[in-house]
Amino acid sequence: MARPTELLASLAAPARNEWGKIRQPERPLITVGNATCGRAAGSGDTIAGFREALAEKGIGADIRTVGCMGHCYAEPLVTIHYPGFPPLLYQKIGAGEARVLVNSFLVAGEDPCFEYLIGALEPNDTFPTLMDYPRYLYEKRLIMEHCGVIEPGSIDQYLAVGGYRALARALEQGGERVVEEITAAKLRGRGGAGFPAGIKWEIARNAAGTPKTVICNGDEGDPGAYMDRTLMESNPHQVLEGLAIAALAIGAERALLYIRAEYPLAVEMVEKAITDAGERGLLGKNILDSGFDLEVEVFKGSGAFVCGEETALIQSLEGKRGMPQHRPPYPAVVGLDGNPTVINNVKTLSTVPLIINHGSDWFRGIGTEDTPGTAIFSVVGEVEYPGLVEVPMGTTLRHLIDEICGGIAGGREFKAVQIGGPSGGCLPASELDTPIDFDSLRRAGAMMGSGGMVVMNDSACMVEVSRYFIDFTQKESCGKCTFCRIGTRHLLDILTDLTKGRATEEDLDELKELSAGIIKGSLCSLGKTAPNPVLTTMRFFMDEYLAHVRERRCPACMCRELTAYYIDLEACARGCDACVACCPTEAIFTTSNRKKAIDQEKCVKCGECVYACPPEYDAVRKVSPPYLVPDQGVVPLGKDEATEGGEDDA
Amino acid sequence: MNDTAYAAERQPDPEEEQVLAVIETEIPALPRDEHQLIPSLQGIQNRHGYLPRGGLVMVARHFGLPASKVYGVATFYNQFRFNPPGRHPIKVCLGTACHVRGGDIVLENFERKLGIVEGETTADREFSLERVACVGCCALAPVVLVGEKVEAHVTPSKVEGVVTQVEIENEMAVRAAEREEQCHGKTD
Repeated sequence: MARPTELLASLAAPARNEWGKIRQPERPLITVGNATCGRAAGSGDTIAGFREALAEKGIGADIRTVGCMGHCYAEPLVTIHYPGFPPLLYQKIGAGEARVLVNSFLVAGEDPCFEYLIGALEPNDTFPTLMDYPRYLYEKRLIMEHCGVIEPGSIDQYLAVGGYRALARALEQGGERVVEEITAAKLRGRGGAGFPAGIKWEIARNAAGTPKTVICNGDEGDPGAYMDRTLMESNPHQVLEGLAIAALAIGAERALLYIRAEYPLAVEMVEKAITDAGERGLLGKNILDSGFDLEVEVFKGSGAFVCGEETALIQSLEGKRGMPQHRPPYPAVVGLDGNPTVINNVKTLSTVPLIINHGSDWFRGIGTEDTPGTAIFSVVGEVEYPGLVEVPMGTTLRHLIDEICGGIAGGREFKAVQIGGPSGGCLPASELDTPIDFDSLRRAGAMMGSGGMVVMNDSACMVEVSRYFIDFTQKESCGKCTFCRIGTRHLLDILTDLTKGRATEEDLDELKELSAGIIKGSLCSLGKTAPNPVLTTMRFFMDEYLAHVRERRCPACMCRELTAYYIDLEACARGCDACVACCPTEAIFTTSNRKKAIDQEKCVKCGECVYACPPEYDAVRKVSPPYLVPDQGVVPLGKDEATEGGEDDA
Repeated sequence: MNDTAYAAERQPDPEEEQVLAVIETEIPALPRDEHQLIPSLQGIQNRHGYLPRGGLVMVARHFGLPASKVYGVATFYNQFRFNPPGRHPIKVCLGTACHVRGGDIVLENFERKLGIVEGETTADREFSLERVACVGCCALAPVVLVGEKVEAHVTPSKVEGVVTQVEIENEMAVRAAEREEQCHGKTD
C-alpha cells in the first residue's frame, strides 16, 4: 500500500510539469481576473476585446481566467506573459485597452504599454516590480498567496503549487497529531469570535456521538466584507483541503460548506472543486488510499445574517428558522442532529493547510503572541486603493490605511474607520495606532468581526452611520430575545429622530440605557454586539450627537433633513444647464437672469447637482441647518423666486 | 410584510395559476426529509422566480408540516420572495460601502422613477425593485444589479439611464418584431 504522500506526489508531478509550461509559455498568455469583482468591473468585455483583437491580427495567444488578487481598485486586472518579458500586471483593462495592448505589445513585443502597467511579477532589469509599491510590499500573503494566480477551476494548478500536500501529511500523522499541531499554533477562529480552533477540535474529537460533521461557515453576511467569497471563488481547493484536515482531526465522515446564496460564483467554484477532488481520490471514499472517507456537500444559505452564528446555522441546516440556541452545550458536543459538529470560518480552514505544511513554530512566528498569523481585511470606502489586504496580525490601523491602502482618496480628511461590520465600532483618528488583533480591537471598543473595514472621510455623519448599522441589525434580529427584537427597534427610532433633528438630550441617555439592556438581555452575539456602533460613536463623536440635538445641525451635512442645497449666484454661470438636466425631481429652475436656483420644496437632497456642476463654476453649496440657505423663507416658491431674482439683478 | 399580504390577497391571476400547475407536477419528486425543506424552496424559487402562496401550501402538505411552519421558515430568510419578480429585477446594494456613498439615494431615485417602493413589482411586470445587503463589490460602490449585470458607481442620474436603456431595448424588440411581420406579410 502506497503512503498518501507518495500517492499525492505521483498525482502532482504531471500537474507541476504542466504548470511549468503555463508559467513559461512559448506563445503569449493573457490571464484575466474574473471573480465577482472583476466581472462587475467588466472583465467579460475585456476578454471579448482580447479575443476580437487577437483574431483580427491573427495572433496565437492563450487566454486564461483566474480569480481575484484583491486589488479591487485596479480591476479588471490582466497579466501578460510574453516570451522574453517578465510577467507584467496591468490595471483597469477594458475592451479598448485590451485592443491597444494587442496592437502595440502582443503583435511584435515592442511597446509593453507602460501607461496601463502596474509592474512586473518577477524581479528584472527593465520594469518596476510590484514590490516597489507599498500596497504589495507591506502585505503578507499567506492565505491568499495563490488567489488570482492559479485558475480556480483547475485542480492541477492547485496540485502544482503544493496543494493537498498538507492533507496527505495529515493522513499519515493521524487526527490526534493534527489537533496538537493546530493547538500549538494557537490558531484562532477567523469568523470574529477568535476562539482557538485547536481547542474546539479537541472537544469535538473527544465528544461521543456519530456521525460527526465539520462545517465550513461561508455565510459571510457582514455588509462590507467579502474575503470569504474571494477565497472560495479564487482558491476553492485550499478551503476544501482545510475542511478535509479538520474532518480528519475530529473524526468526521461528513463535511458541509454553508455558502450564501448571494454568491453564485463561489457555489459554482466550490461544487466543481468537490467533483474534481473526488475524481482524483482526494475527497470521497478512501482518500489517498488511507481508509479515511469524507462526503462533502454544499448547502446554500438563504440570506439571514444571524445564520453566521453557529447554533442558528445548524437550525437552518435542519430546515428550521435560523434562531440561535442556548450554549452550552456547544455544537462541538451537541450539534447537527445532536452529534458533535465543528464549525469553522472559511479563513480559518484556509489557514490550516499552511500550518500543517510549515509547522506551528513557523506560524507562531507571524503576527502577535496572542494572535499569530495574518488577517485579511476588506478595506473599502474612501481610501485610495480599496480591496482585500492580508497583513500580519498586530499591524496598526494607521499603517494599513495610510501606507498600504494609500490614505484617504481625493485629499480629504480621515474621520473614522468602521471595523467589524454591524457588530463592530467606529474608531477615530486618535485610535489609529491600535494594533489589529482580536484583543486590542475589543479593548478599543471595536471588533475584529469578519474583517470588514469601511474608511470614512469628513463627509460621513457618525450619527447616520450608527443609524445605518442599527437599521441593519434591527432587520436581521431573529426575534427570539425581547431585548434584541424590541430594543434595537427603539434604538433605531431614536437614531432616526436624531438624523431628522427631532431628538432631545434625554434621548441620548436613553440610547445608552437601551444599549446596556440589549447587551445584557440577548442570547447570541448578534444582540450582544448590536449596540457597539452606537456606543463607539457616542464615545468618540459625542459632539456630533449634540450638534444634532442642540443645533439641529449635521456637521458632516449628510443627514438630509438637516441639510439643504442652494446655488451660489455669484459662481453660477449663465446659460449652463448641467444641474437642471441632472435633477431627478425638476427642483432646479432657471431664474429670469438665466442663472439657476433650487426650489427647496421639491429638492430631495440627492446631491446630484454638486457633481453635475462643472468644477470651474462649483456653484452648488451645501449647508446645515437648512435655514442657512440665503433668501429662504422670503421667497419660498419657484416662479416667484425667479421673478424676484430677476428684479434684484435688474 | 405588506407586500406579502398584498400578494396573498391578490385576485386569481392566470399567470400564477400556470406556475402553480407546474409546481404541482414538481412536488412528488421532492424529498420528504425536513433537512431538505430550504433546498426544496430554493429549487422552486430558482425555477419560477418566486414562491406563490399556493406552492407553499403544497410543499407543506408534501413534507407533512403545518403550512404556517413552512411559511415561517420561508419568510425568515431574505432570499425568498412571494410575488413574481419583474423581467428586469433591479437590486440596489445597501451594504456599508454603498450606503456611505449614497446607495439609499439611488434606491429612492429608482422608487420615484418606477413609481413602486422597494419590494414591489411594476404593474406591467417589467421591473421589480429590491434592496440587497451586500453584493460584495464594495470597491465599486454604490452598485446596482440589473438582472445579472452589475452597474458600478451608480449615481442618481444614472438611474434614468438604466431604466431608459431597458425601455429602448424593449422598443427595439417590438419594432424588430413588427418589421419581421411586415416582411412576412409581403412574401405571403
